[in-house]
Amino acid sequence: MQSFLNYLSADHRRCDELFADAEAAVRRRDWASSAGKFQAFRSAMLHHLDMEENVLFPAFEARTGHAGGPTRVMCNEHVQMRDLLASMADSLAAADEADYAGLAETLLWLMQQHNVKEEQILYPMSDQMLADARSGLIERMAAVAPAL
Amino acid sequence: MQAGGLAFQQAPPLAVPLRFFLTAPVFLFLAGLLLFTPGAAGWQRGSPAILAAVHLVTLGFLAMTMMGAFLQLLAVVAGAPAARPRLLAGLVHGPLAAGTLLLAAGFWLSRSWPFYPALALLAAAVATFVLAAAASLVRAARNATVLAMAAAIFALAVTLALGLALGATHIGWGGLRGFVATVDLHAAWGLLGWVFVLVAGVAYQVVPMFQLTPAYPRWLTRSLVPVLMTGLLALSWARRDGRAWPQGAAALVLAVCLLVFALATLDLQRRRRRRVSDVTLDYWRVGMVSLAAAGLLGLFGTAGAPGHRLPALLGILFLYGFAVSVASGMLYKILPFLAWFHLQSQLQAPAGSIPNMKAFLPEPRARRQFVVHVAALGLLLLSALLPGPWRYLAAAGVCASALLLAANLWGVWRLFRAQGGRSN
Repeated sequence: MQSFLNYLSADHRRCDELFADAEAAVRRRDWASSAGKFQAFRSAMLHHLDMEENVLFPAFEARTGHAGGPTRVMCNEHVQMRDLLASMADSLAAADEADYAGLAETLLWLMQQHNVKEEQILYPMSDQMLADARSGLIERMAAVAPAL
Repeated sequence: MQAGGLAFQQAPPLAVPLRFFLTAPVFLFLAGLLLFTPGAAGWQRGSPAILAAVHLVTLGFLAMTMMGAFLQLLAVVAGAPAARPRLLAGLVHGPLAAGTLLLAAGFWLSRSWPFYPALALLAAAVATFVLAAAASLVRAARNATVLAMAAAIFALAVTLALGLALGATHIGWGGLRGFVATVDLHAAWGLLGWVFVLVAGVAYQVVPMFQLTPAYPRWLTRSLVPVLMTGLLALSWARRDGRAWPQGAAALVLAVCLLVFALATLDLQRRRRRRVSDVTLDYWRVGMVSLAAAGLLGLFGTAGAPGHRLPALLGILFLYGFAVSVASGMLYKILPFLAWFHLQSQLQAPAGSIPNMKAFLPEPRARRQFVVHVAALGLLLLSALLPGPWRYLAAAGVCASALLLAANLWGVWRLFRAQGGRSN
């Protein structure tokens, strides 16, 4: 059976790959293709954040009765990621390669230390605590509308 | 999954890792200064200046940065942050810094008196760190990195115990049987058990995540640390009893561990998805090539290859080529990220409106320091092989590299404060 750990970790890897493609295009100053690649990366990221915030986290908080715990920290980091994505879009629009590179590096570090915490701790914990509701929740995550 | 995992939000305040990271380069600089002194000529590993320099690097630079990073890792990777991190950092950092300086002074001046406070301070600092880390690891999530962290902490405790026994004998307290064997084991547990195992455990997370490479193969993350620790235990048993062939076999296993890890890491990095140039990636590659070279030299050493230069080359490759390189490369990411992260949460500013990681530490400055470091490594190796002025050039290179590293790291802190960040 599909687990949160497998399902969401695979989505992390997909976002990573899209991140690398967009970064490489910007570093090549290939502005024509970087706009599309960045857009693909950003919508994958936003979709992932939506799946967690709209489906997994509320279920986790309801089960643990703990809204101020780990999910709040995760949500705070999501806000930081959305901010960085917005700034990256600005730097791309301004064709500012150096600014994009610095923001991308920062986002990658934020994202990866965030992913470690989710993949090592939060997802395995969710798999355990929400075992009975897991398949329904994963179906609901898969049905979350794609982000623009 | 332990309930302790719930605490993973509590990353330590910036002041905790910061004090470790900002003081570490000073010790590297002092080690470089010692290489200018006549006592360093000939690279005899028992010579006072070399003993002093080696401990400035291992305790002052490596243990300093690794302990700072360890406290961060406990929160992020293990989900079990240390309790009272500020108090802990104070209890560990000050005594470690003072103890290292006194120990180096005792070695260099060949006087006993600095050893008394040095041993007491280092025992207090390291034992406090070991106990606090162990208390956190008990409630940590279980994964290959956490297992490596636990093994590294065990090895650090063994290294300390052996070091204290050696130090006490050195100043005439009690008679340690097998002094030379104990020196070898102290070095093996410290360098392989503590330094190498922790780097490997961190690499399991860091290499795939930040360079976007495939994951380390499972057989490697499952077996490397257990095999290496078994090798160390076997070596300890054989060395104490003076058995020749088991010693050779254990040393062979250890050398193969270094080689396998270095080659596996280089192979992953070759297959990385993120192809942008990066100083930290280059630092890792220099580190892995040095580690592979040290592993190969170790193999020749166990095959009985002659050469009085072997220990010096091994030491330079492992300490400066591998450990200092990887630690420097990691500092170049960890510190700017933490500065950005804490500044953003303190100011509650939009994440894109404050300096980003590359503004905190501009790539060209990091690159310049990297080039000086690699030149210093080359000069160190030359000076171990050839007589002449090489040692002075190598010493100058180590000092210059340490100063540039300090300037780059302190620059991060200056910008952090100029932007209104508070480190407490």
